[in-house]
Amino acid sequence: MTHSTLSRISSHWLAATLALAVAPAAMAQEEKTFKLGVVSFLSGGASGPFGVPSRNAAELLADAINNGTVPAPYDSVGFAGTLIEPVFVDEASKNVVADYQRLVQKDEVDAIVGYNSSGSCVAIAPEVEKLETLTVMTACGTSQIFEEIVTEPHYLFRAASHATMDNVAAARYVVEHTPAAVDKLGEIAGINQNYSWGLDSWRDFSASIQVLKNDVGIANEQFPKIFAGQYGAEISALLTARADVVHSSFWGGDLEALVIQGAGRGLFGRTQMVLTSSDTAIHRLGRQIPDGTIIGARGSYNIYAPDSELNSWFRQAYFDRYGVYPVHPAYQMVNAMLGMKAAADKAGEGTEEAIIANLKGLSFDTPGGIVDMALAGGHQAITGTSYGTYKFDKDTGLGTVENIVSFKAECINPPAGLTSQEWIKTGFEGADCD
Amino acid sequence: MFTTVAIILDGFGFAAWLFLSSVGLTLIYGVMRILNISHGGFYALGAYSAAWAIGLYTQTGNTIALTYLIIPVAAIVVGILTGLLVERGLLRFMYGHEEVLMVLVTYAVFLILEDVTKLIWGTESYVAYQPAFWLGTVDVAGIPYTIYKFLIIGIAVAVGAGLYWGLNHTRVGKLLLVVIHDREVSAALGINVTLFFTVTFVIGTTLGALGGALTAPEISVVPGIGAEVIVMAFAVIVIGGMGSIGGAMIGAVIVGFARAMSVHLYPPVEMFSIYLVMAVVLAVRPYGLFALAEGRKI
Repeated sequence: MTHSTLSRISSHWLAATLALAVAPAAMAQEEKTFKLGVVSFLSGGASGPFGVPSRNAAELLADAINNGTVPAPYDSVGFAGTLIEPVFVDEASKNVVADYQRLVQKDEVDAIVGYNSSGSCVAIAPEVEKLETLTVMTACGTSQIFEEIVTEPHYLFRAASHATMDNVAAARYVVEHTPAAVDKLGEIAGINQNYSWGLDSWRDFSASIQVLKNDVGIANEQFPKIFAGQYGAEISALLTARADVVHSSFWGGDLEALVIQGAGRGLFGRTQMVLTSSDTAIHRLGRQIPDGTIIGARGSYNIYAPDSELNSWFRQAYFDRYGVYPVHPAYQMVNAMLGMKAAADKAGEGTEEAIIANLKGLSFDTPGGIVDMALAGGHQAITGTSYGTYKFDKDTGLGTVENIVSFKAECINPPAGLTSQEWIKTGFEGADCD
Repeated sequence: MFTTVAIILDGFGFAAWLFLSSVGLTLIYGVMRILNISHGGFYALGAYSAAWAIGLYTQTGNTIALTYLIIPVAAIVVGILTGLLVERGLLRFMYGHEEVLMVLVTYAVFLILEDVTKLIWGTESYVAYQPAFWLGTVDVAGIPYTIYKFLIIGIAVAVGAGLYWGLNHTRVGKLLLVVIHDREVSAALGINVTLFFTVTFVIGTTLGALGGALTAPEISVVPGIGAEVIVMAFAVIVIGGMGSIGGAMIGAVIVGFARAMSVHLYPPVEMFSIYLVMAVVLAVRPYGLFALAEGRKI
């Protein structure tokens, strides 16, 4: 064996050894995924109308993003090439904070999206900043998150408008677009769940109505326990109060029970009902929702979603996979995931740090329209929304909405620097409703 | 005037639902000394099976009147089958253990039943409003009430009266009272206590399922309804005295009226009022209003 042969063999060995040493690292590099905790109600009363649609939307979108099949501008693979690995967690827990900690510390997720309930969001918001993990809230609506609880956020975001948007828009719809109700409007009443979502919703709606129309009184306020299911006494109280408008931010099974019991006893016929989170009930209740009921969908989602390529793709893909069309919690989940993708793609890097840096203040397109991370230093989204009145179509057997009015985000969300209550008290100073 | 009438009707309406939801729980405790946490699971099974059956039936386009038959049939079928399965398949092996252990066992059964419900019916809500709407409404002092609500009040009274009559005026009922009073002496007297346990448990679970089935037309049947009802049912039987059927009835009326009064007169204390009543009653009578007297054994 010559020296050159030996040298050649040695160099081959060296190359092979190096290749073997480098290969696992390269493979690990290739297989590096973005571990994404997805939290929503998978059991309990909120699972059917809220949690499962959120989860399904996350599953659908994670697959579509990984395969690069979302329409432009999201048609590239992964979060800037990094594939998403979703980890689904049930929000129906007695200890959402412990579950959150487990996701971060044990499952070592890179980020978390989700949370349907304002109660959950209020509980985990401080924990997010403590554990320093990117968390994008999706459906919960209380305005307290960035106005009172986490006033200087770094890791915490919310990719949907908070409840002020729903209720200011509802008040505007009643006063400015429902002449039959506003002409005789003297008193309002409300039935809202007894926790942050219901309390904030009623506070914002009643205050907004009183700003938009002078001398409107409050005839009755009901705050039953969430998931109570039985509203006989509350409906009697609302009937005896004889308010001109009754507002409710009920959602899910509670909303359906209120419609069944309230419509059955003529409450909906005697007063103008405003249901701010009711698109989820339309396909379930059909003709049981009386015509003329004002329907909200917490944004321009579902029945109010714009005619766009992104929305057409999402609705069809969701229907093809799950056999039903998506409701607003599904749209809100898509907001969060597309926002994260837009931020990662902008940075050219699918990491937590890159997403945090670029999601802040970002404006991006979604199936429900433009989401603008405009409040709380770029951590809280504002979106437009729509309201309409319910009309059951006897020919098709489907619920529809008519008299649809869409509101610009800047018309119904407070500006940066003002809390919701301050803004309403100023008479919606700076609102751009043109 | 309007408010007074509304408080009375709403109080009785809520009390009827509470009684139907809790009477099975107190019956089982009275006879078997088992605080059956799985009662909420049977309530949910009754609600789901009735809502599902009503949904299937109404799609045929036949008269709604038959749905009033579907409700008890669904409750009886599901109550007997699952009650027998749980009692014969699990609980009979646990008799004689501490009451606390039985609470844990029945809690486990409750969790299993919740998952069984989800496996069978999924997480989508079921609405079966037809029986509640079909009878229409009646105006009382200008306030419309569904006739179905009065039907539930009537059924609650009938169930209470039936149980009272059955326990006090039939041979089986009198034997059951002996078992309730002292199971060891009953066994010594030749009463088949095991059989009474089985029958009592199945009656209790069927009553739980009936509570759910009768409620189904008024609500949206969703996962988790069993957990909500068990808390209220527990409050009712604690106020009335655990194991006392008459106590459950009085407890239901007290809670029903406390809630109706707070909703009409001062809504912010609605949730608080129920537990305030419970606290006051327990402060005065720690074992509830009609707790069964227990002899001290030496």
